[in-house]
Amino acid sequence: MDTIIQGKAYVLGRNIDTDQIIPAEHLVYSLSNPEEVKLYGKYALSGVPPAEAGLPEGNIPFVQDNKFESDYSIIIAGPNFGCGSSREHAPFSLQVAGAKAIVAESYARIFYRNCVDGGFVVPYETQEELAATVRTGDELRIDVANNTLENLTQGTMHKLNPLGDVLNIVEAGGIFAYARQENLMG
Amino acid sequence: MAQTITQKILARAANRKFVDAGENVWLNVDVLLTHDVCGPPTFDIFKEKFGPDAKVWDPEKIVVLPDHYIFTQNEHAHRNIDLLRQFAKEQHLPNYYDVGTERYKGVCHVALAQEGFNLPGTVLFGTDSHTCTSGAFGMFGTGIGNTDAAFILGTGKLWEKVPESMKFIFEGELPPWMMAKDLILQILGDIGTDGATYRAMEFDGDTIFSLPIEERMTLTNMAIEAGGMNGIIAADEVTEAYVRERTDKPYEIFTSDPDAEYHSIYRYNVKELEPVVAQPHSPDNRATVRSLKGTKITKSYIGSCTGGKLTDFVMAAKLLKGHQVSIPTNIVPATVNVAQSLETEMIEGISVRRILEDAGCTIAQPSCAACLGGPSDTFGRSEDNDLVVSTTNRNFPGRMGSKKAGVYLASPLTAAASAITGKLTDPREFLS
Repeated sequence: MDTIIQGKAYVLGRNIDTDQIIPAEHLVYSLSNPEEVKLYGKYALSGVPPAEAGLPEGNIPFVQDNKFESDYSIIIAGPNFGCGSSREHAPFSLQVAGAKAIVAESYARIFYRNCVDGGFVVPYETQEELAATVRTGDELRIDVANNTLENLTQGTMHKLNPLGDVLNIVEAGGIFAYARQENLMG
Repeated sequence: MAQTITQKILARAANRKFVDAGENVWLNVDVLLTHDVCGPPTFDIFKEKFGPDAKVWDPEKIVVLPDHYIFTQNEHAHRNIDLLRQFAKEQHLPNYYDVGTERYKGVCHVALAQEGFNLPGTVLFGTDSHTCTSGAFGMFGTGIGNTDAAFILGTGKLWEKVPESMKFIFEGELPPWMMAKDLILQILGDIGTDGATYRAMEFDGDTIFSLPIEERMTLTNMAIEAGGMNGIIAADEVTEAYVRERTDKPYEIFTSDPDAEYHSIYRYNVKELEPVVAQPHSPDNRATVRSLKGTKITKSYIGSCTGGKLTDFVMAAKLLKGHQVSIPTNIVPATVNVAQSLETEMIEGISVRRILEDAGCTIAQPSCAACLGGPSDTFGRSEDNDLVVSTTNRNFPGRMGSKKAGVYLASPLTAAASAITGKLTDPREFLS
């Protein structure tokens, strides 16, 4: 796990469901064939209604047309991020697009588990309504050891909730790595 | 120490006498469910992590029910079915229900019940968020992703945080114009789409235990729409009769202790409730059907794990009998068994299927179909600015296909009444 996660912010609202993260019509591509995998990056967050994509302005696509990777690596969102379907294709598509971390006020359970156990992106929680102050494109820096998020563009510092119970799994890189480390796989 | 039904079931699966809400425990899994969307990537991860020649932990405990993208020309979707077939063959999985054969069943959550896999007291994980449906049988069922499922395939175990429980008590006789769908949409409007996140939703009260098992499944099915880990209803004689008709496997009935601790308790007198819908674009955006009377709609859709069971079509047919729909009305039986029952179930001497066809409905083959949009040639998919009244479970932006469409979630009775008028219509207008 990286000790510093730095990159541009992509800001979203509340209740971003997995149909918005990766619409169901795209779930047919292989998650192991390298050429098809790129399509998950291309369509990551393509279901978000344009006016709510890249706040506060909106109408900013997460991934530009004809690209497979995003310019943004830290997603900022309101409560209940990742609600809806269990599709692991959702955190996978964010990872393929280049996202490293999400900072949301809260998560839906299955999405959160998938982020942690699959080792795709680090799901941070925060008590602050960061989606109201951070602007898409702001340069952010997460200090993993200290659970802080610095907005380099605005010159502000914010607290993140410690990862708590799942820190060991996140640090190991996922449930398989963790289970091997703890001799849980026999 | 007093425990809820969910705690007791998880304690059994963890080989413990007691588990506390909030603690992480490793559970022995009774059944793992997967389907055509999440099965292939799960099998890939399994092979990558356990080795190309690894064997699954217990072939009898794995149930593979293709149901999502079945009746489509999409080649990638066909490839996914091929991958399921190949893995089932390699691993000698007895519970694989292949597409295009007599074994094909349809929507996994309804098929699990019909094939006798739902057993009180057991622990089910599935690569589908609506795995919580099975909680109607007094068991623990919850959705997981591919990585967790691959871990179970190899080990038969998974970690879970024991949830706090919320209790929802319904009292009084459910009037003939209301269905379980109205009750769960009522709850969703009250607690919101994250009102039960990481918690168990336990349904209780005389209304609940007066419902047939299929209606109970509608309640537990939508626990995930409030963020719930699981929905659960203690097994009673209705549950046992249903299970015993289908399997002779052993099971154990658990109930909550009277002094068990709850996060919160909600009480409803059904006499004070009325038919409701969830307006676009969120399952918690509740309004009474009456208050939206006259809202134009362009399509009606009756189907899915939530609203495509036999009871759903019987209720719709009772309302539609002798009427004509005025907008395209799509009927998608959840399973082959439901589709066959439409022909044998009679209302005043006429089959449910005949009533639906005579009313002008179009009946499709059993699958998930347009509940989640799917490939572009999916039956019933929403188009352009469609406004759909639907018995499904989600109305997020773009959920049923078109990103410009809106979906009103409703009971089969409301979907049927609205199909006749072409406007949102309270079923009482036809049932009084």
